[in-house]
Amino acid sequence: MNYEQLLTQTALADDRYVVMTAENRALVRNMPTTLGRRFIDTGITEQCMIGAAAGLALRGRIPVVHALAAFLSMRAYEFIRTDVGIGNLPVKLSSFIPGFLSDGNGPTHQAIEDVALMRGIPNMQVFCPADEQDLLAMLPTIWASSTPSYVRINTRPAAYQHEQPFEIGKAEVVSRGTDVTILVYGMLFEQALVAAHQLRDAGQSVGLINMRSLKPVDEQAILEAAATAQVLVTVEDHFLTGGLYSIVAETLLKHRTTARVVPFALKERWYKPARLNEVLQYEGFTGSQLADRIAEQLTESLTSL
Amino acid sequence: MQHKTIERLQQTAFRVRKHIIRMSTDGGCFTGASLSATDVIVYLYAEFLNVTQETLNDPNRDYLFLSKGHDVPALYGTFVELGWLAADRLQHHLSAGDHLYWHPNVNIPGIEFHSGSLGHLPSVALGVALDCKLRGTDNKVVCILGDGELNEGSVWEAVLVANAYQLDNLLFLVDRNFFQANMPTEELIPLEPLTDKFTAFGAAVKRVDGHDFTALDEALSTFPFQTGKLNVLIADTRRGKGLPSIEARADRWFCNFTHDEVDELLGELHGSAKATLESETLVVR
Repeated sequence: MNYEQLLTQTALADDRYVVMTAENRALVRNMPTTLGRRFIDTGITEQCMIGAAAGLALRGRIPVVHALAAFLSMRAYEFIRTDVGIGNLPVKLSSFIPGFLSDGNGPTHQAIEDVALMRGIPNMQVFCPADEQDLLAMLPTIWASSTPSYVRINTRPAAYQHEQPFEIGKAEVVSRGTDVTILVYGMLFEQALVAAHQLRDAGQSVGLINMRSLKPVDEQAILEAAATAQVLVTVEDHFLTGGLYSIVAETLLKHRTTARVVPFALKERWYKPARLNEVLQYEGFTGSQLADRIAEQLTESLTSL
Repeated sequence: MQHKTIERLQQTAFRVRKHIIRMSTDGGCFTGASLSATDVIVYLYAEFLNVTQETLNDPNRDYLFLSKGHDVPALYGTFVELGWLAADRLQHHLSAGDHLYWHPNVNIPGIEFHSGSLGHLPSVALGVALDCKLRGTDNKVVCILGDGELNEGSVWEAVLVANAYQLDNLLFLVDRNFFQANMPTEELIPLEPLTDKFTAFGAAVKRVDGHDFTALDEALSTFPFQTGKLNVLIADTRRGKGLPSIEARADRWFCNFTHDEVDELLGELHGSAKATLESETLVVR
């Protein structure tokens, strides 16, 4: 089962679903044939697509809409906020090539502020699957809910067998640790997994959490990690502002607690466009680089004691 | 159209204009933009749209979307005349205890969708029209746009897409009052030849005097204008229509009059001499 098969099956079983795209057909190539008139391609018009999705939702439809992450989250932002957000309509946003996944496109196509933007909209839920398996496990619940949602689509093959069933507002606690806990979402989960292994091999006690649901967020998982580990690390292919680091900070502050939190994110700049493996290497986000950077922090943490 | 029908429409529009003038104080409203759209809104609800208080939630009703949301006093005034809204609620305009403010919201029965940010509802209306086509129902879907609103690129996206999907159940009605916020349209971002622009985008276009009920009726009696095409009706109107003291003035878009001025303007509407207005003209955009 892949994304398109799941969507086709869902839409064929329930005619409330319509599938829309602003001429971004990569994920839904065969759907004009399988879905007929319930496949709606509005051409390169992200704003019109979102407005029309709101109109379709007013008539009882559940539009699942597709566009490149940068254009969906920014070109159409005010339409999402005003038509879908204020209307609190069940429009399901499938955001293609978010974060590092736009690899060689360059900064025009880099959606690395999308989490910040989307979670700023009342009623909007935000989900970031670790891989294809994680994605497919969460979509049925997300599509069936009555709220608007934004999903950072990630169809990369799973490097980990996810066993914890998906629940809105729940993170997947992969492991618990007392030295450091890595909080991560999306495609960087795979690298964080490698980093965790490497740190463990070096004798550290390492926790790893696949955040999955960024809004609503699993506050309990964050608080537990803060209480257990010496250091929390947030890892994200997103600007430092408004993403997971901010969410963790907000959560700790809200519960009047604190922790040493080290963010790995993009600080006030776009990333170097290249093939994905080279992006990760250049930006210091491969598993091995992350492990080294985290180990440095742990050393600092010890010396400061 | 029968003479007595025209007379009835004129009387209704007259009363709606009174409601608008009364809302133009204690905080004010977009008086000029509301008065220009009054006749088309009154006409649509009285003669064109298949919707009643009983069918406001019926999926087979006709829809009206007010994309030019700042003329909502004309719509609320019309709802009062239709009996959908209690007249005394208009006195709650801008009160935190009610839902009437400068732009529409769905807490008022009859408002199909909130608006205020220009260039949104052509796409929303398009989605509704598309769903009606998918389901094979024969609802009519009307979206009222301002002419200044046509500056927004999203309007033209919607025209292109409506044309691609052959939405002949959809009508974009342009309140062509020749003003945008602070300027005559032709002095800022010229729109003419406007019929040609819509035609070139694939729509079936008609253009009429938007204060002439007979002309509106003749134009809309042939709806859809052409099978498989988006309908566009350009209604030529005057900003501030009905009040010569503010008519066709760039500086009388948003108005906040004193109570005495409101009384004078009501007199002016009834045919008395032009009101002397001392309230400052307001620039709100």
